[in-house]
Order: sequence, then C-alpha cells, then structure tokens
Amino acid sequence: MTRTRTPGISRRSTLALMGAGAMSVAAPWVARAQAKTIKIGMPTILSGRVAQLGTSSRNAVMLEVEKVNAAGGLAGRQIEMVIRDSKGQPQEAARVARELVNTDGCELLLDGEASSGSFAVHEVARDLGVLCVHTCSEASSLTADPKQHIPNAFRCVRQGIHDSIVGGSYAAAIAKAKGLKKWATCSPDYAYGRDTTGEFTLYLKRFAPDVEIISESWPKLFQPDYTEVVTKILQAKPQALYSCLWGGDLTSYIDQANIYAMFSQMEVFAVNMADYTALTVVKNLPKGIHSGNRYIKTFPTTPENAAWGDAYKAKYNEYPTNWSWQNATAVMFLAEAAKKANSADGKKIAEALKGLAIKCPFGADGTVTMRGDDHTLVGYAIGWGTTIPQEPYVPEVKAGDWKTIFELEAEWKKSKGYT
Amino acid sequence: MDLDALAGCLSSSACLVTQTTSGLIIGMLLFLVAVGLTLIFGVLKVVNFSHGAFYMFGAYFAMTAYQLTGSFALAMLAGAAGTAILGLIFERVFMSRVYGADVLMQLLVCYAFVLIFDDVVRLIWGPEFKSMGMPSAFQVMPLFIAGGVVPPYYLLLIGVALVAAVVLGIGLSRSRIGKVIRAAAQNPGMVSALGINTGLIYGGVFALGGMLAGLAGALAAPVRSLTPGMGFSVLIESFIVTVIGGMGSILGALIGALLLGLIRSFGSLGFPLFTEGLMYLFMVIVLVSKPTGLFGKEAA
Repeated sequence: MTRTRTPGISRRSTLALMGAGAMSVAAPWVARAQAKTIKIGMPTILSGRVAQLGTSSRNAVMLEVEKVNAAGGLAGRQIEMVIRDSKGQPQEAARVARELVNTDGCELLLDGEASSGSFAVHEVARDLGVLCVHTCSEASSLTADPKQHIPNAFRCVRQGIHDSIVGGSYAAAIAKAKGLKKWATCSPDYAYGRDTTGEFTLYLKRFAPDVEIISESWPKLFQPDYTEVVTKILQAKPQALYSCLWGGDLTSYIDQANIYAMFSQMEVFAVNMADYTALTVVKNLPKGIHSGNRYIKTFPTTPENAAWGDAYKAKYNEYPTNWSWQNATAVMFLAEAAKKANSADGKKIAEALKGLAIKCPFGADGTVTMRGDDHTLVGYAIGWGTTIPQEPYVPEVKAGDWKTIFELEAEWKKSKGYT
Repeated sequence: MDLDALAGCLSSSACLVTQTTSGLIIGMLLFLVAVGLTLIFGVLKVVNFSHGAFYMFGAYFAMTAYQLTGSFALAMLAGAAGTAILGLIFERVFMSRVYGADVLMQLLVCYAFVLIFDDVVRLIWGPEFKSMGMPSAFQVMPLFIAGGVVPPYYLLLIGVALVAAVVLGIGLSRSRIGKVIRAAAQNPGMVSALGINTGLIYGGVFALGGMLAGLAGALAAPVRSLTPGMGFSVLIESFIVTVIGGMGSILGALIGALLLGLIRSFGSLGFPLFTEGLMYLFMVIVLVSKPTGLFGKEAA
C-alpha cells in the first residue's frame, strides 16, 4: 500500500510551527534570562528645579555599579543602567517606568522618584510585577501602609516617621529649654510635605505638650516665590518654625526669608537643610538653623563615610546629596541580595532582600537593614544639629536612638491602623 | 479658609504694611514681565509664548555678571541689555517670519523655542538650580514701617519697576518714537508708506519687551533659585495679568499685576489653600463681566 501525503500542513510541521510560535512569544524573556548583562531601569528627575538631586542619584548609582561590575556583577551578570528623566512629574515617572520595563527590557527598577511620583511608579511595579527599589520617597505611608504593600517593592530611603521621631524629640528639648511655645509650619503641599509635617508636630507635642501650632503654610511644590508665605509667618509671630521644604524650594525660601531677617526673629527647624545640595548653594547661609542630617560626610563620624564622600567628590567634583547615599545603598543591597540568592532574578533578589543586613558607610553602627515586614530601610545614621556657614556646615550632630525610634514607630503604626 | 486671620490683618497697620508691600513686590515683578508681553501683542499682534524665557535669561545673565564682576549694578545691566539683544536677534531671525501667520503656527514656534531655550540654559549653566545670593549692600536689617516689615531690596525692586512703568508710559504717549510705535500698531502699512522702517520698529519693540522681562529676571535672581524652565510659571501668571488688564494695554498690565499681587498676598492669609484658585477666579470674574479685560479695547 502506498502512503499518500494529504494536502495541507503535516502534524510534524504543525508542531514545529507551534514550537516556533511559542519561542517567538517567549523570546524576549528567554533572551533576557540568557543575557549576560542585566538592565536596571532608573526613572529619576534630571530636569527642573530638583535636577541636582536626580543627577546626584545617577552619579552615586554609577559609582557603586562600577564597583559591583568590577567584582563580577549581579550573580555574574554585568549591570547596565538605563536612566531616563521623569521631569519630576508623576504621570511621566509612571510612563517612563513602564517603558523601561516593556520597551527597554529592564528587569529591575531603581529610584522610583520623589514622593510626588513614587506612588505612581509603585503602581507600575505592582502591575508589572518587577522588582522596584524606591530610593527617594520619604513619605512614610509608601511602605508603612499595608494597602501599599507589594512583595516586589522595597524602600531604601530614610523615612519621614523616623526623621520626625528624632526631629520631634530634638526640637521638643530645645522648645522646653528656650520656652518656644508658639510654632509655625511651612511645608510643600504634597504627600511628603503633609505627612512629614504632621508626624513632626505629633512628636514635638508629645515631648513638649505646651507647644501650639499657630500658623500653617502649604506652598505648592516648586513654587517660585515665597514672599506671601514669609510675610504670613512673620505676621503670626511664632517663636519657632518647622519646614520640610527641600532642594531649590528651600534655597529660594531661605533667600527670601533672609531679607526679612526671619532667622533672627525665630528658631528655624528645616529638616532638609543639612544636605550639600542646599548647604553649598545658599550664598548667605544663616547660622543656627536646626536640621536633620541628610548627607554630610562628617555624620556618621566614621572613616568609611568620609572616604565615600571624598571618593564621590573626587569623581564628580562636588559633594553627594541625601539621594546619593540612598541610591548607593540600594545598589549595595542589590549586590548583596543577588549574592545571597545566587541569582539576578528579581523574585529571588526580593526574597533575599527581606531582613537583609549589610555593611554600609551610612549605618548608625556601620550596618543597615532592609526590614522584612514592611520592606523599609532601618538602622541608618540619623540625627539633628545646627548650621554654620562654612564646612563642616553642621559641626555637631546629636544622634537619634534607634531603640526609641522602633518603639515609637510601632506605636504610630498601631495608631494609624497599619498593624 | 481663615477669615479671622484676614480680618485681623486688615485691622492691623503692621500687617497691612507688610502684606501690601508683599503684594507690590509680587505685582511689580509680574508687571515687568507682563508689560513686555502686552506690548509685543499690542504692536506686533503676536502672542509671544516664549516670553518667560527672557525672564529666565535675564536671571542667568545677571547671576553670571555678578559672579564675574561682583557688581550688582552690572548684573542688572547684563540682565536687561543681554535679553534686549537676545530679543532683537530672536525677532529678526525667527519671529519676523511668522508675522501674519496663523495663531496656532505662532504658538507652536514660540513653544518650540520655550523648550529650546530651556535646553540652551541647561547646556550652558547646567540642569541644577543656582542661587545668585543677595548683594552685601542689601544684607541689612529690614525696615519697620508702622510696625510692618519691609526689606530694603524690595523697595529698590518696587522703585525700579515703577520707574520702568512711568518711563514706558510717558515714552509711548509723549515721545516721537512712542507715537511711531503706536501708529505702527494701528496701521503698519501707512507707517511703512511714510518711509519708516517697520522692521526696525518691530525688532525694537520685541527687544524692549525682552529687556523688561530680563530686568524682572535680574531683579528676581537674588531671591529666587535659578533653574531651566523657571520662566514658565511666571509666563502663566503674566498671561493672567495681560488678560485681566486687557491685551495690549500697558496701564492694564500695571493694574492687573498689582491686583494679582495683592490677591496673592492677602489671599494667603484668608484663603491659604485657595490662593492660586483666587487668581483664576478673579480672572474669570473680570472676563465674564468685561471680556476685553479691564482696559482692553473692543475690536473695531
């Protein structure tokens, strides 16, 4: 009997086509898995008034990535950074983040924008399931609120609630010593500004119950002129002022407040002052502004921190910023987590990151930890001091106590219904 | 809403002085930018959307001159003269080619230059914010007038803007060149037929508008952080001023700017979360009751 071939596609051909189809669909993933390099996407602010912070983030990341690559990369894969400008706009940050993953083939996301855009990027990470390490947003709710929690997002940033506990207790001690009962606040009108100011005043009042907030100002983010805000505060005649303005907004505010002699009329607590981005830009830096440490190479007072600050300056001819150390720490975490997981796979790195403690120049005791239950950074050096107009700018910093921070943070989470 | 704070302020001479001065400062800076915008529209019939860039360049020119010379006067001169030259070149090379074109085309060209100018600033001065710093002559205690606080630098700022307003007003209404400019605005064909170089007049008006915006930028430089794109928010407020005052009206620009400044200043006390909204609300009220603006003329 002679076998005749039926017209059309044979079973073998059909299977081959199906196989080829499946391969073509899976090709990007297969190609990514086999790629020697691993692309990390970084949506950050490279234009506008806070571009200096975004640039300093990129610089710090590149500094650390060079070290990681020289040591063999992430589990043997060399890191290739793909850095895009989010322009500080939430919708643009989300768009860029999505494009970095879907179009550029990035397997991890780093940075995730300031608080104005971090929640948008967070949702992109939730949607795409890609590992995202936030390195700029300090809004406490980003990781503290269980509704925001996703297994693939971490935050390697100081947190507003930590700053507020340390800042509130520091400010309360000064308030009690100097009799500062009438306070005003002036902070940017967005998540970080509202959250941080609320938390600071919560702890200020807790430790100094006599304190009264007599005036609040909420200028919009990147507002060019603060004259009406400055005069409003002067009218209220507070004895002390708290502000979490930052970057160019803070320097504008200081320049404008300076000519009203505001700094001689009240004690000023500006949590974001002690960062080189503000300290070196303000031409007439007032003496005696109270500030939390952001990045200064003299706190923590360790050779490792000073060496890191000097290495950054040697490479980029300027000092790093608060965003620099946070981004650098995130790269250190990724490298250690990949080593622990023996893999560059995002899910495995995420698992390894939970509860991971690493040696770090910015740790209060030389180490920092990525806390497992809420995926946030703890153990970093945190403290407050007063400014002088030349280096070291904040000669003495009073360090916060992490035991107290943990206790009060747990209490705060409970009060917010987060636990 | 904090009407008690507003009422308290209105009954206190100290608060009135401080907030009125604050409103004048905001208003006068806005006037310098807006008057150039309205002048260019009045004469050239172009809505110069790139006008905020001249404010930005004025600030950067002033900062650079101040860093090089340490002279505040030279910094102001550099801000004003630099942007005048830039305005002239910009008008002759680019804007003169879109006169009479569709408004959309003019807006697109101007918007393209907003982005180009921002990138030029980024290339020359870098993307990070800068601070010029207050000249030492003005690093003094503020004046206390009737209990209100008034920084001497802001008095200078208000004075310079007022002088500019007066010179501009008198110059346009009394001088020969002013009459020619007004004639060119009304009937360019007739002016040209009389042998007057209208191209020169247009270039001069554009340079003058640029110079005023540049002067505003230079005056703002010691108290505002400088960054690429800083002209945009000023431009929006200047447009509001121009529309409220009436497109093409210099007096309208002055009154509109002062009203807006005072709304911001006193609004921040009574309506702290609605200060921006107050500006827009005021614009809507003016336009609904008088669509041509406070001093705008009905189209013939």
